[in-house]
Amino acid sequence: MLDTTRIRPDFPILQQKENGQRLVYLDNAATSQKPRRVIDAIVHYYSFHNANVHRGAYALAVEATEAYEAARTAVARFVNAWAREGVVFTRGTTESINLVAASWGRTNVKRGDTVVVTAMDHHSNIVPWQILCQERSATLRMVEITEDGRIDLSDFGRALEAKPKIVAFPYVSNALGTVNPAAQLSKLAHAAGAVTVVDGAQSSPHLRVDVQTIDCDFYALSGHKMLAPMGSGALIAKPALLEAMPPYHGGGEMIERVWDDRSTWNKIPHKFEGGTPNVEAAVGLGAAIAYLEQLGMEKIAAHEQELARLTIERLSQIDGVTVYGPREHRAGVVPFTYGDIHPHDLATILDKDGVCIRAGHHCTQPLMRRLGVAATARASFYIYNDVDDIDALVTAVRKAGELFGVPA
Amino acid sequence: MSDLSDLYQQVILDHNRNPRNFKRVDLANRKAEGNNPLCGDRIQLYVQLDGDTITDIGFQMPQGSGCAISKASASLMTDAVKGKTAAAAETMFQEFRDMLAGGTNAPGKLAVFSGVRAFPSRIKCANLAWHALHAALQNSAQPVTTESARDF
Repeated sequence: MLDTTRIRPDFPILQQKENGQRLVYLDNAATSQKPRRVIDAIVHYYSFHNANVHRGAYALAVEATEAYEAARTAVARFVNAWAREGVVFTRGTTESINLVAASWGRTNVKRGDTVVVTAMDHHSNIVPWQILCQERSATLRMVEITEDGRIDLSDFGRALEAKPKIVAFPYVSNALGTVNPAAQLSKLAHAAGAVTVVDGAQSSPHLRVDVQTIDCDFYALSGHKMLAPMGSGALIAKPALLEAMPPYHGGGEMIERVWDDRSTWNKIPHKFEGGTPNVEAAVGLGAAIAYLEQLGMEKIAAHEQELARLTIERLSQIDGVTVYGPREHRAGVVPFTYGDIHPHDLATILDKDGVCIRAGHHCTQPLMRRLGVAATARASFYIYNDVDDIDALVTAVRKAGELFGVPA
Repeated sequence: MSDLSDLYQQVILDHNRNPRNFKRVDLANRKAEGNNPLCGDRIQLYVQLDGDTITDIGFQMPQGSGCAISKASASLMTDAVKGKTAAAAETMFQEFRDMLAGGTNAPGKLAVFSGVRAFPSRIKCANLAWHALHAALQNSAQPVTTESARDF
């Protein structure tokens, strides 16, 4: 386990109270808290290096550009990207996936084609494909999940028989915690002739990710779930694919030459970064990656998996609690329900004890329908959580049971 | 700081467990659906309006889709407006909203929801059924959502 007594002081927000209690932040799958080092990196950037990037002919602009491009190098190293030119900065996973759908998708998906997603995908990896398929008169095929919350591989195989153009899936499910066999899924999809799009929002903060080992074509991540600022994120792609794709947003920075009636495009990745980028977010993301690498991604994964294992063990001892998701291959996400107490009531009651969890559909309505629930409560862990947090969670859950008179 | 027992008063817990008028009304001539897209909560409201009087009213929530606050609020609301005129029901809605917005307590049993004031994240739950009732009385075909309504 990580030494949380050394990690927690790095996070200013964890020093404050929630409803007069110690803040027990267990909504990390929604967003992570930020360490002083990331906050300081942003303040430092604006205090000493701020200028517009890639165009200034003065020292400050060069410094800003260097800070921005250093963050790109950090992201490339962090996920073992094919090349640093294959890292496009975006506002996050949602924008990354929309970029692929709008650019690669519109160019390559034609009437009658198929796009495959899974029933455990987040809305951000479903809706962009729905929009694309509706526009192109293509078919969106949703792969079913097994009873214990894994991608149904036989249904996945059946979906591939349609020779889809795109296969999209999450590396880690935000609502179940399932860690999917990304390399295996990508290999199967490639054999069927598809390009693969991996939603890495929940894997990048918690696992050692190697996009070349997974061998996907596109990988999307969000910075804010991995200690970095909101509005930071990246699309990591095979450079040859990016080269062949049309731009996503037109504007400054993404052009080479502009004529009255047409333009030529800048080199990748700049072709996809129209307008002044969020340099502050990129700098913060670079600082977050440095912090995570110092701790070690393998240690982070082991820490969270142990917390999840303990939480499942202890919640399961409470009569009436149902935990969702697979027994094996799961990340630090624990979705559960308790008797007929609605998850929103649970979240309100837990909040009184300073315990912050998510309650709702987790932006996975197709999954909730399949689970036969309107909503679940979800505790999700990160590097600063420890066994005390699990104690607080379990105590508050028992309190909810007493208040609502759930039969024990 | 407000206590949990101010929010989850016994009356609310009782109506959550045993909701009144939890039924489809076969003779309903007004219907409305209410959604809280943030949590996926859904209510189907049935109103039988004879002339200007609400002679019967019932509601249903798909399995597991109503929290204690939204379910108890729908239950107490249906009890409160049954037998009343549409205009009187609209007045009660206004009083209920005013209470949750920080105003004086609504009359009668509806005052048990005054504790929701201290839990801003739950105000939409308490108002959901009332928005549906308002839509039904206006004979609006559009499902109402807590997002198009201004509760803050």
